[in-house]
Amino acid sequence: MLKLITEYLQSFFSQLFGSKKKIKLGFYGAPNAGKSTLANRICKDWVGEELSTVSKIPHETRNINIKESVTVKHKGKELTFNVVDTPGIATKIDYEDFLKFMNKSEAKVRAKEATKGVIESIKWLDNMDGVVVVLDSTLNPYSQVNITVIGNLAARKIPVLLAANKIDMKKGSVKKVEAAFPQYKVVGISAEKGTNMEEFYSSLFKIFK
Amino acid sequence: MLTLQFVPYSDMEALNTDERIKKLLGIVKSKSIVMMQGRLKPAEESKLIQETMEQIDKDFKGIEICTIYPEDKEMEAVRKIKKEFFRFVLGNRDGMTIVGPSTVIKEIKRDPNKIQLYTFSKDSKKSKRRR
Repeated sequence: MLKLITEYLQSFFSQLFGSKKKIKLGFYGAPNAGKSTLANRICKDWVGEELSTVSKIPHETRNINIKESVTVKHKGKELTFNVVDTPGIATKIDYEDFLKFMNKSEAKVRAKEATKGVIESIKWLDNMDGVVVVLDSTLNPYSQVNITVIGNLAARKIPVLLAANKIDMKKGSVKKVEAAFPQYKVVGISAEKGTNMEEFYSSLFKIFK
Repeated sequence: MLTLQFVPYSDMEALNTDERIKKLLGIVKSKSIVMMQGRLKPAEESKLIQETMEQIDKDFKGIEICTIYPEDKEMEAVRKIKKEFFRFVLGNRDGMTIVGPSTVIKEIKRDPNKIQLYTFSKDSKKSKRRR
């Protein structure tokens, strides 16, 4: 009863004064690592609707997508995030890579949009309060994209959580990611299947407590 | 023919960020692979990627980049201090940065101490060079 009253009063006063701090939480990583799938999973878990379109074609997310006021609850505490799904970072974009999925003119448009998406992602780095770097745990974690993103976040002193995604797949290995980035907290998840999301949320709370 | 161009630290130390990136991209766009002594700062790496994205066109499809550098974690405290002092005085010359056009370099695989550079060959099979 007392808990209910406390929660009601907290909610009442935060609405009255607009004092609830929203944490801008960015999702970064290489194309097809699962950034949008994870952002969608979080939004679906806590606000019941998805944020971004997901597909197997690289650079499906070519604009910054934001879902505001996503309140995550864990062990009686809550944090409110503005979830920022980014196109991520790539060092090369060739329209010919899209030709197996679409015609030439569509591929050229997509490639052009993808380059702009990467530029936007880099510009948005400075706006973030925290970042989840999503890594495909089936691939070698020592990719320069991962190293550059994590290095930039460290230089900007932005809190980082590493999500080793796709652990449900045969080649998925959290240990490889942990070995590559021993100074960071790594959580193994499957964003698609929702595996280990409890530990993911718990880690978010540890970082943003 | 594959061209590797070595860029010593002394060529870069006096340049500002924009000049460094311009120099690196200039070499890469001439279809050469840069082997630069030392590393770019994180902000310079992201700026290099940003500039690369802006310059992508029908001939230039982007870059492959890789840095390797010695890990400091198991070094004794005294050696670490000495190393930091020399870095401060002489600049950070540790490690090496490799940047090449993505139309020449197919893939760079790295682990902390080894780089494997895969290039496109005429018969479009992967050819491998090791460092």
